[in-house]
Amino acid sequence: MRRAIEKVVEGLLTVSGATTSAIILLIVVFLFKEGAGFFRHSNVENGYSLCVSGKNPVYRLSSDEIKKIFDYEIVSWDEVGGESIEIVPFRMGNIMERYSEEELGEDYINLPAKIIEVTKEIPGIILFLPLQYIPDDVSVKKIEDSRIDVSDFFAGTDWIPTATPSPQFGLLPLLLGTLWVGLFAIIIALPLGLGVAIYMAELATPRIRNVLKPMIELLAGIPSVVYGFFGLVVLVPFIQRTLNLPVGETAFAGSIVLAIMSLPTIITVAEDAMRNTPQTVREASLGLGASHWQTIYRVIIPYSLSGISAAVVLGIGRAVGETMAVLMVTGNAAVIPQTLFEPVRTIPATIAAELGEAPAGGAHYNALFVLGCILFIITVVVSISAELISKKRVDS
Amino acid sequence: MNKKTKQGIAFMIFRILSVAVAGILFYILGFIIYQGAGVINIEFLTSSPTNGMTAGGIFPAIVGTLCLIAGSSLFAFPLGILSAIYTSEYAGNGKVIRFVRVMTNNLAGIPSIVFGLFGMSLFVNTMGFGDSIIAGSLTLGILVLPLVIRTTEEALKAVPDSLRRGSLALGASKLQTVSRITLPIAFPNIMTGLILSIGRVSGETAPILFTVAAYFLPKLPQSMYDQVMALPYHLYVIAVSGTDLEATRPMAYGTALVLIAIVLIINVSASLIRKKLQKHA
Repeated sequence: MRRAIEKVVEGLLTVSGATTSAIILLIVVFLFKEGAGFFRHSNVENGYSLCVSGKNPVYRLSSDEIKKIFDYEIVSWDEVGGESIEIVPFRMGNIMERYSEEELGEDYINLPAKIIEVTKEIPGIILFLPLQYIPDDVSVKKIEDSRIDVSDFFAGTDWIPTATPSPQFGLLPLLLGTLWVGLFAIIIALPLGLGVAIYMAELATPRIRNVLKPMIELLAGIPSVVYGFFGLVVLVPFIQRTLNLPVGETAFAGSIVLAIMSLPTIITVAEDAMRNTPQTVREASLGLGASHWQTIYRVIIPYSLSGISAAVVLGIGRAVGETMAVLMVTGNAAVIPQTLFEPVRTIPATIAAELGEAPAGGAHYNALFVLGCILFIITVVVSISAELISKKRVDS
Repeated sequence: MNKKTKQGIAFMIFRILSVAVAGILFYILGFIIYQGAGVINIEFLTSSPTNGMTAGGIFPAIVGTLCLIAGSSLFAFPLGILSAIYTSEYAGNGKVIRFVRVMTNNLAGIPSIVFGLFGMSLFVNTMGFGDSIIAGSLTLGILVLPLVIRTTEEALKAVPDSLRRGSLALGASKLQTVSRITLPIAFPNIMTGLILSIGRVSGETAPILFTVAAYFLPKLPQSMYDQVMALPYHLYVIAVSGTDLEATRPMAYGTALVLIAIVLIINVSASLIRKKLQKHA
């Protein structure tokens, strides 16, 4: 009987252990499944298609070309491989202007015929139409559906997911925004965090350390939305006033908030690393006549360098993945950042801000999962490199 | 400059930096407490928001956060503790276990918004729970799972091996050793971990954005398939959206103070438990 219970409990424990690993695999599977769906979408809005005249030799357009055509940046067909004819973009609205409601008939029953008519009149036309109205006629040619291109995504410079006819999913402004904010956060946090870590590991009396340590834990425990709120009501107006900016919601505000938030990680990991310096090494240095400070920067810091690097890497990981605080203080403009003092948008903030509006299963929804995959990959790389860096010390 | 002066300057800088970091913490806490203290009263804690979030209280958000704490604890605590017992007491140090540990570490580093994406994809859409307490609780449960596992593992590791061997030598079975010796000794440390994970759950916003949180619900939840309001999400929406931001500010300060108070209570109780343990040891 007792042995049976033992076996049951052992089975239960094994199942629990396996479940945890299974959950991680599940996260990976779901994230990447939804993300991969993105590259199966057409580069034109769902349920619509682009048509040109049957005589037009162009049969394919990239999403960037489509955007430029409808923004009147590309004005002649010879720029996209056709003849030298002026491009005339037509949306449903233009057709409504051209024909009266009576002419189009009930439920737009005459619309396909009118489309044929207008296409014959204007040879350089390009029409953006709902699929059901596309006429079945040789004079109107559908532009071939092409899928969203992987390189368009990774090298794209515009993130305009609601653009019609061709939504723009360019990763670059978001990725650079994330790295930009994260980089400056670390530049601010590193000297501060290292200074405190040195103080706590080397200078503070046990009594002071016992006060400082819980305070840093508290700093780590404050919810990110409270940091965001604090940044919004204190930091943002302050930055706007003192630097005389049009808006206070800038990359700079995000960097400061992120710096404060990554301080506990940097301090704790770096302090642990310095405390792990063997007493003998320290005493040898002091015994040779070095001052305490010389011992710190010539012996203890070099000795714990791998641990300090791990602290930096983990701090960056924290900064890159932070969502709510950044969402609240950076202004969320999806542009490639030029200076610190303009709004930027990071990857996590984009997901948080847009997922609610993206219909499940659409290109936009899947695009946000691709962003999630990228974040996931970044954090896995961060934790593996932090592990490798701190292991190095043990080996050498 | 001789080495004494150099040392003096360097150490002065470190002292100033430490005071600065403490100052940042006190400034944030002090600001929120100062602005929020006037808002908090019994009515604020026990009534629903009224007048487009500019008056009333945050009662539904408090209830919602309590529901999420209960739901995620129900999922993450047993699973986390059991798998920690498995990895530290039963499993050896084989390749599989090392893989599980690396995975758990990775899980801890994943940004919270990614958990939100996953929860939405699996619980809300694929499993069809919709925006609901159960979807949000499971998402938050997975989020704190690594924290529970890691703290439990560390608590178990801190139990001296001699006690285990002694118990086994007296003829106790493995299960008896774990349940009568190891677990009771590790219990206070495990509790500390659980309390800290409750703190994490009560403050997270990103994972509940798309799995459970509602902007405004006058009614309290009836079942685990209902949406709820939650404190961190409530603070977020009243801080950034709304027609009259100035009028909702006092409500936001009050909500922020409640969140800060939860964090303070949790940290203080965790350190009290830890202190008590240190006295016994």
